[in-house]
Amino acid sequence: MVAEAPKAAAPAYKISLWAQLNNNRDFLGLFFMLPAGLVLLLFLTYPLGLGVYLSLTDSRIGGVGNFIWFDNFIWLYHDSVFWLSVFNTLLYTIVASAIKFGLGLWLALILNHHLPFKAFIRAIILLPWIVPTVLSAIAFWWIFDSQYSIISWALTELGLIDQYIDFLGDPDNARASVIAANIWRGIPFVAITLLAGLQTIPQSLHEAATLDGSTPWQRFRFITLPMLTPIIAVVMTFSVLFTFTDFQLIYVLTRGGPLNATHLMATLSFQRAIPGTQLGEGAAIATAMIPFLITAILFSYFGLQNRKWQHGGRDD
Amino acid sequence: MTDATASKKDVADEGGMGYLVSLPRKVVTIYIPLALFVFILLFPFYWMTVVSVKPDNELIEQGANPFWVDNPTLQHIRHLLFETSYPSWLWNTMLVATVSTFLSLFCSVLAAYAIERLRYKGSRYVGMGIFLAYLVPPSILFIPLSVMVQAYGVRDTPLALILTYPTFLIPFSTWLLMGYFRSIPYELEECALIDGASRFQILTKITIPLAIPGLISAGIFAFTLSWNEFIYALTFIDASENKTVPVAIVTELVRGDIYAWGSLMAGALLGSLPVAILYSFFVDHYVASLTGAVKE
Repeated sequence: MVAEAPKAAAPAYKISLWAQLNNNRDFLGLFFMLPAGLVLLLFLTYPLGLGVYLSLTDSRIGGVGNFIWFDNFIWLYHDSVFWLSVFNTLLYTIVASAIKFGLGLWLALILNHHLPFKAFIRAIILLPWIVPTVLSAIAFWWIFDSQYSIISWALTELGLIDQYIDFLGDPDNARASVIAANIWRGIPFVAITLLAGLQTIPQSLHEAATLDGSTPWQRFRFITLPMLTPIIAVVMTFSVLFTFTDFQLIYVLTRGGPLNATHLMATLSFQRAIPGTQLGEGAAIATAMIPFLITAILFSYFGLQNRKWQHGGRDD
Repeated sequence: MTDATASKKDVADEGGMGYLVSLPRKVVTIYIPLALFVFILLFPFYWMTVVSVKPDNELIEQGANPFWVDNPTLQHIRHLLFETSYPSWLWNTMLVATVSTFLSLFCSVLAAYAIERLRYKGSRYVGMGIFLAYLVPPSILFIPLSVMVQAYGVRDTPLALILTYPTFLIPFSTWLLMGYFRSIPYELEECALIDGASRFQILTKITIPLAIPGLISAGIFAFTLSWNEFIYALTFIDASENKTVPVAIVTELVRGDIYAWGSLMAGALLGSLPVAILYSFFVDHYVASLTGAVKE
């Protein structure tokens, strides 16, 4: 009864519609999301759909063509260069990611010690990752030059080889060279993020295990690795994804050559679509990348999550 | 590999048990591998610098020591600055990177605040969507985007890049800022709400001032990402004077079979400097947010 008195007085000030909306978090949320949402819908979601549509047409540069169902994909299915590019992409991604992970983890473990000038070392190690890929690729181009390569020069001086190595002219050498350049650029990112993960592992776990007489390998296998798994999952998802869709490095170093030995799906898609003017076919190659990407994301999401067996328990 | 990793591991973590390890052992297991890593990671930069100040005749001379330069010259840099359109490429890159960074930051702050603090219906799913949007690579989008850019009539203008770069900048900076906003105490906002502040006032007068470090790192990331962008700039821009530095160096300085290696390296070095300088000023922010974002 008493509580009703102020309620009766309430209609004295009318709450405006604007004030009401201002207190509605759903309305405000929509309002705040508007700029980002519009940009992303217009320039990300729509082109994603448009790309799939284009892959079903015979479009050329300058206009959207006729709808031809799956002709592009059937054409690609019989195209040996396309399958070579799929093989190259998988090889490039798997080899480069595995080595980046191994070396990155090693570097992270080294940096996790007390070192003089630690902050400075950490800062300069990230440089390869900061500098534009294209520009560092130019340095690698000269390092891999067939006549003036510094690696060939050093190996000759050491008496290990008598002939200069043709880094980018031979299919196998070219593959190895672009993978090496990709690894060089990727190590810093993997190392610095894994280092952050290492620093969250309590020191006391290692001390307790040492007192219990564990070997260094056991401490790594049963403490460090399980505690690090969630971060490894995120880092490797990014690493695999960006290696799989790499374009810049190949474009500068080999443009897909020699004999298409280093063509990745992304570079082949560009070559067919822009210089080759076959937009539809290029879009089909790009669309063909999507299933691989989804597989990679799902694999890291489900495969690398923190599971009980990693802590010595059983999975349910 | 794993055995090697393990043997590195045993040398005490973070100094806790570091005193158990003798100095000679530390040299072999830590300092030598670290020195090798640093040498390999930094060598290409040293190499770029040496080549960019080397006169042409020394560059192709066989037998000379390639690691050193006898008569350093600035001819390549002078050629680059005064005989090519390098200054205008730099200006284009700077313009595109700055405008798209600010545009993306504006959108991202509002979006991150809404997802993290307004918690409207479905905000969790929108947050997931933003993360997934970051995983959509430009190599899939450039073909449809080139059709759109053509249709809107902005092809071959800086606007084409300014409009498309936010597609990868917004998801990333929103994701970064969401983590940052989460670390700001909720109570501050509740106090302001009770005092009658509107949500917009709270955002501009409380949350943003507290999130300045987060904004700085998101801004550096966004600037670096747009400075490094290649495939959109390569596809959407045709005229030489409209190109950005990474694209122009690859397409304009390489003509025929004779590569002007000195100028190429000088161009690559100068093009890397702005991001390297920016990075060196804010390196702590950068590393902290890089690792913070991944720790999520």
